[in-house]
Amino acid sequence: MQYLLLIYSEESTAPPPQDEIDASMAEWYAYTKAIRDSGVHLAGEALQPSQTATTVRLKGDERVVTDGPFAETREVLGGFYLIDVPDLDTALDWAARCPGAKYGSMEVRPVMEFDA
Amino acid sequence: MSGRAADSAEAVFREEWGRLLATLVRWVGDLDLAEEVAAEAIAVALERWPVDGVPDNPAGWLLTTARRRAVDLLRRRQTYAAKLTILRVEAERAETERFDAPAGDPDVIGDDRLRLFFTCCHPALAAEARVALTLRYLAGLSTAEVARAFLVPDTTMAQRLVRAKRKIREAGIPYRVPSADELPTRLPAVLSVVYVVFTEAYAASHGPALIRPELADEAIRLGRILHGLLPAEREVAGLLALMLLIDARRATRTDEAGELVLLEDQDRSQWDRAQIEEGRSLVVAALTGGPPGPYALQAAIAAVHDEAATVETTDWVQIVGLYDALRETAPSPVVELNRAVAVAMVHGPAYGLRLLDDLAGAGLDQYHPLHAARGRLLDRLGRYREAARAYRRALEFVGNEPERAFLTRCLTTAEERALG
Repeated sequence: MQYLLLIYSEESTAPPPQDEIDASMAEWYAYTKAIRDSGVHLAGEALQPSQTATTVRLKGDERVVTDGPFAETREVLGGFYLIDVPDLDTALDWAARCPGAKYGSMEVRPVMEFDA
Repeated sequence: MSGRAADSAEAVFREEWGRLLATLVRWVGDLDLAEEVAAEAIAVALERWPVDGVPDNPAGWLLTTARRRAVDLLRRRQTYAAKLTILRVEAERAETERFDAPAGDPDVIGDDRLRLFFTCCHPALAAEARVALTLRYLAGLSTAEVARAFLVPDTTMAQRLVRAKRKIREAGIPYRVPSADELPTRLPAVLSVVYVVFTEAYAASHGPALIRPELADEAIRLGRILHGLLPAEREVAGLLALMLLIDARRATRTDEAGELVLLEDQDRSQWDRAQIEEGRSLVVAALTGGPPGPYALQAAIAAVHDEAATVETTDWVQIVGLYDALRETAPSPVVELNRAVAVAMVHGPAYGLRLLDDLAGAGLDQYHPLHAARGRLLDRLGRYREAARAYRRALEFVGNEPERAFLTRCLTTAEERALG
């Protein structure tokens, strides 16, 4: 089954000190390497901060574009991994190993499958 | 087959149905399909056995019948996934013959039921859903019976079960027994589901009856199944012991009018000695071989009460010691409350009262047993006016009728004494 691991965290207002950034980047690289080496990794990206987000929707035929993400919550989507594993327990294991589980929270969502 | 006919067939075959279902779930990987074909196999048995006689291997017969039906249904679906499932079911066929292996064998059926326990009690499911699934699929209660256990309409419970099954299927919650290193983190959720069923039986949170014996019986039955499946897990033994030792006092916990009788006023000669003996030997096992877990400690406390001839001769010092150990392993305000009551038996009501007053500020203000316990200590100190105030507070939060009636009597007595 395919699962999307959604990484949610609070965005820092001030940039942390350089050594903290370095330490955290090392954790993310190590995790990404582990998940790629295991063969379960299908895709994964980090996103620009939520201030860069733009929301668009249609009201009738009119396109309404607004600044910022749709929902105002403390924790925002910061990135994702798409993996292919046998079951939820395995997906939860990968989510728990992700640095995002320590710094924020991980949402694990199965990808919908359509019968051919 | 109508829902009612299916329900009664399941009641006849309740134990068999649970075992059958667990194996079918592993084969077909889907609770709905397993449930459907298990019910059909039992319906066919009810029709045929009275005419043809009971087969030599009834369990194997049921499993074979259900398997054939599952394959028929899967063939009709014509999807790739269904074809794969048929292959798996056919490959498992050889197992059917082993299904009737004598009890005590390291059997596949036991493993299947354990798998289903861990699926139904998976932390990815809502707490209410776990209890409902466990009562339905491990205890073998009908949907209507599970609805009664929760005091909700049948349709509400049917919906809840449908949603829970959908989550299992669509989120890919597996049917597997956790590995030895996962077990410590996964087992507590299973134990807690069984204990929730028991506590609801023992002190119903709503409704006219204080004790709902059918739920206590189901909880103990689930505890026995689990203990049979995981005999070396000490907390499983501890939980079963705890339930047996508390349930041994069932007959004396209410009087003929259905009103609450306190531990100190219960007729101890009416306690179920055989059940106490069984609980005690389980406690010994649960306490031996390492630091005791919270269920073992609570069971030990229950055993000390069960062994005492009267409240006065109860070994309260030992009970306080056990509560001290319990607050280390599983600290909670409720443990603190019970400890304070035990301390009051050793060091006097004034001392216990001080401990309770500290707790009132610790998030227990809406927990009626706290106010009931305060009222009783204040009564013993002769401070009736304050006792009456405590009982009034307890009455604001109490949920079941017998406890309400009991607290009302306490309040009336305290008020009379305050005036006299």
